[in-house]
Amino acid sequence: MAGDFSLWVYLAGTPLLWLTVTLTSYVLADRIAAATDRHPIANPVLITVILVGTVLAVTGTPYPTYFEGAQFVHFLLGPATVVLAMPLYERRATVLRALVPMLAALMAGAATTLAVVIVLARLLDIPQPILISLAPKSVTSGVAMGIAEALGGDPTLTAILVILTGIIGAILVTPMMNLLRIRDMRARGFAVGLAAHGIGTARAFQVSETAGTFAGIAMGLNAFLTAILAPLALHLLF
Amino acid sequence: MIASLALILLAQLVGEVLARGAGVPIPGPVIGMGLMFGFLLLRDSRIGLPRVLPKPLTDGTLESTARGLLMNLSLMFVPAGVGVVGRLDLLRAQGLKLAIVLVVSTALSLLVTVLVFRAVASCVERRRPDGEA
Repeated sequence: MAGDFSLWVYLAGTPLLWLTVTLTSYVLADRIAAATDRHPIANPVLITVILVGTVLAVTGTPYPTYFEGAQFVHFLLGPATVVLAMPLYERRATVLRALVPMLAALMAGAATTLAVVIVLARLLDIPQPILISLAPKSVTSGVAMGIAEALGGDPTLTAILVILTGIIGAILVTPMMNLLRIRDMRARGFAVGLAAHGIGTARAFQVSETAGTFAGIAMGLNAFLTAILAPLALHLLF
Repeated sequence: MIASLALILLAQLVGEVLARGAGVPIPGPVIGMGLMFGFLLLRDSRIGLPRVLPKPLTDGTLESTARGLLMNLSLMFVPAGVGVVGRLDLLRAQGLKLAIVLVVSTALSLLVTVLVFRAVASCVERRRPDGEA
């Protein structure tokens, strides 16, 4: 028993264990998602987070210990953003033709998101520090945390709200767009990339490569615009 | 594979340096995406860059490395996502209100963005009503 315990202590401290848990859970989650024919509610991020979270809870592992191992996977977010250039390049003619609708949708979408978040949070009496942390929640996590910090919010809370927003957006987009009878994959992708950053983009790539390309562009543009608009909106709507 | 990864990391690194150096609110990897786009344009232009580049950057290896990463974009959000489970207690106090704000704002954000995109697109592209076939 003592031998088992020291083995556990050894493994729990290496990246090997938590990388394996993360990748295995993801493979399992992806199988579950595939088995439901990629139903929106069977979101791979959501299922994997639940699986890994259960393992951590059962073994009593603190999150920082887990993250130390899993940070290699987290790191790949950067390179994955860089290679969004690939589908963008392959579809550059399509993208260029849609420049005007994209810019219009970007302005409208970014402004709506900020206004709705701030007004709704005020109506519901959400305390100010949480409200500030909420404001950039549609933006990709690295930038959102920077915005929240600059405005006096709580960056770690923002990171959580960003992830939750991503999962909600990825679940909502397909049923909503089908209900609205929108078949333009450019518009569908752009909307989910703007509202739900990278997790929305991952969902868009599952549905169509055109949607994924436009989602990636929306994610990048919205990060830029929200960083400029968030301080203004908080100032105006307070 | 390694040459492709090196190029991708290099683009991110330069992007990060530019973002921090200039203090712009664009994330480093997004600038890196722009740099990668520029690289692809240059590579396929007629200036003969392919002859001096390592083969994996021109023979499709770069593209398949990119595809491999993008196919598994969901995986990369897991480590940060697990942080949600670790801080459920913090969300519990404001949970319902936060859920309302997140769901309503995300739904409206999707709705407004897609409707404006479609409205403007159908104005601009009257001859091609449904975008890309």
